[in-house]
Amino acid sequence: MSLKFSDEATSKLEVLYGRYPSKQPVILAALHLAQKEFGDLRDEVIDLVGETLDLSSAHVYGVATFYTMFRRKPGGKTSVRVCTNVACMLRGGYDVLAAFEKKLGLKKGESNDDFSLIEEECIAACANAPAIVCGTKYFLDVTPDQVDEIVTFLKSNPHPESEVA
Amino acid sequence: MPAEIGTVLVTRRFGDEENKQITSYEANGGYKIARAAMAKSPEEIVDQIKASNLRGRGGAGFPTGLKWSFVPKDATDVHLVVNCDESEPGTCKDRELVYWDPHLLIEGMIIAAHTLGAVHNYIYIRGEMMREYAVLVKAVEEAYARGYLGDKIMGMGNQACHITVHRGAGAYICGEETALLNSLEGLRGQPRLKPPFPAIKGLFGKPTVVNNVETLMNIPFIVDQGGQWFADLGVGRSGGTRTVCVSGHVEKPGVYELPMTITFRELIDDICGGVWKGRKFKGLIPGGTSMPPLDESEIDVPVEFDALMTDERIKPVEVTAGVNFDMGGGRELRTMAGSGGIVVFDDQTDVVALTSRIMGFYHHESCGQCTPCREGTGWMDKICKRLMNGEGKVGDVDLLGNIANGIAGNTICALGEAAAWPMMGFLTKFRSEFLAKEVIGKSEDGEGEAA
Ligand SMILES: Cc1cc2nc3c(=O)[nH]c(=O)nc-3n(C[C@H](O)[C@H](O)[C@H](O)COP(=O)(O)O)c2cc1C
Ligand code: SF4
Ligand code: FES
Repeated sequence: MSLKFSDEATSKLEVLYGRYPSKQPVILAALHLAQKEFGDLRDEVIDLVGETLDLSSAHVYGVATFYTMFRRKPGGKTSVRVCTNVACMLRGGYDVLAAFEKKLGLKKGESNDDFSLIEEECIAACANAPAIVCGTKYFLDVTPDQVDEIVTFLKSNPHPESEVA
Repeated sequence: MPAEIGTVLVTRRFGDEENKQITSYEANGGYKIARAAMAKSPEEIVDQIKASNLRGRGGAGFPTGLKWSFVPKDATDVHLVVNCDESEPGTCKDRELVYWDPHLLIEGMIIAAHTLGAVHNYIYIRGEMMREYAVLVKAVEEAYARGYLGDKIMGMGNQACHITVHRGAGAYICGEETALLNSLEGLRGQPRLKPPFPAIKGLFGKPTVVNNVETLMNIPFIVDQGGQWFADLGVGRSGGTRTVCVSGHVEKPGVYELPMTITFRELIDDICGGVWKGRKFKGLIPGGTSMPPLDESEIDVPVEFDALMTDERIKPVEVTAGVNFDMGGGRELRTMAGSGGIVVFDDQTDVVALTSRIMGFYHHESCGQCTPCREGTGWMDKICKRLMNGEGKVGDVDLLGNIANGIAGNTICALGEAAAWPMMGFLTKFRSEFLAKEVIGKSEDGEGEAA
């Protein structure tokens, strides 16, 4: 059975087409929406985006694999992006990442149903380091002993990444 | 009048949740300046921006009025694109700016679009900034509903202005303006060769101005109070205030809008409560990780753009000990104001580990188009890691300097310099700490005995 975008996604895309001279620039929005609806960007999803935007699957594949927010395999409901870049590193970002690895039983880059744990580059929250972003929610000035609480919160309140696409 | 501590323009509404609503923004005089600007000619506005000495806040400090004047006079289909990709490590002002005052950005864009004759305009926002994306989308919708955006803005029959918020999807390189344009066009975010410059051939092949968020937020103030007033707030060739993001080992990190004349030492001691935990200062990164660091002897220099490039209290960056890096034509590199991201580190910091983290970042973010950048960042990353892990080899430190020197100036975009400059800068300022990690007795290939 071939995949289809929901009516809601389709109407969002229709609005966006009017904003650009062709459909091609809508590709990032379409990929965000597709990842939201289908969970990941496996081959069938790439094909669907290509058909929808009149682009070759090869083009869509090339774009989808360039950007780090897109995933080709299933991931958790919430992506926990833990910054370890300089400002966060200097104030314990790696300890926070280690605390998440321990609490979730995941190594960075791994996922379970609820979470994908990601070591992230600077998320522009350096004055509140160490910082974490999960969808629309930031956790700032995080210490390793807050990790239990954050995980409990996110487990009952998932923060998916593409909800505002 | 020069700016004083407390003179704030773009950050004045930080902390005011109400201000995000268009009604509150209007109640405080919002959009009046844009309305008044519609009656002014583009030439008049460009002259004011030139007189203001406004310099781009995205990293290069390029004069904004001059940039706008590069768009050909008879051009049609001009685009204005806002760079809200903020991902230079240490930088966290644009995210706060759009979150607290989205309408100030929109007002600045309306004035800029009127001046440039731009109709279809875009805000490219970093993919991870989902909270800010929602704020911007709502603000743009409000501005449409109130008639500030649309086919006939502010009841003016001949003037259309549209804004579309375009979400990225995670790639530091998309902050580079031509990569950003490719990404906006629906391609992989790889930088373009320049020339042609975006002002001639940019988005969808049309003349395009790319400006940083903070740059555009300053426009309404200039148009309202005059270019001379803005120039007088600053000093020399740098008008206005300077918004800096201070992070790392200080007691009070934060985003602060300050006079151009404040020195790094005053910033740390008077504004940020000093180095944390009563420790001693070791060094700082002055403008995002791509800028060469400063050590203790160099922080009495002001945060102003030109001072950082020319003040002789800042040592020139070297390739190897005693050999200055040549930026071209014999020009020395000291450092640059960059993105305003100031990262302070204390005397207990392992600078080799810090540098290694920075090189890991640029290696990860290189788009791979140019051999010197793709391979060079990989080599620097690898060598820094082995030095950090106690597996360094004799000659590694000079090797790092020489690799960096081979990257700078030989790539399509400035990510090459962004990796090479801090590499040489950290070596110049903290060479002995790197040398101490070279394992004595091992030659470069790891075999045999070195003399
Ligand atoms: C690798 C790289 C990353 C950049 N990232 C950003 C960024 O995130 N935000 C930004 O405004 N400028 C960034 N720039 C600078 C832009 O290319 C461009 O100069 C700037 O947006 C112009 O705006 P301005 O004149 O208002 O400063 C980056 C440049 C390079 C080389
Ligand atoms: S310098 Fe690096 S990031 Fe820039 S175009 Fe070349 S390979 Fe890509
Ligand atoms: S370095 Fe972690 S948010 Fe900037």
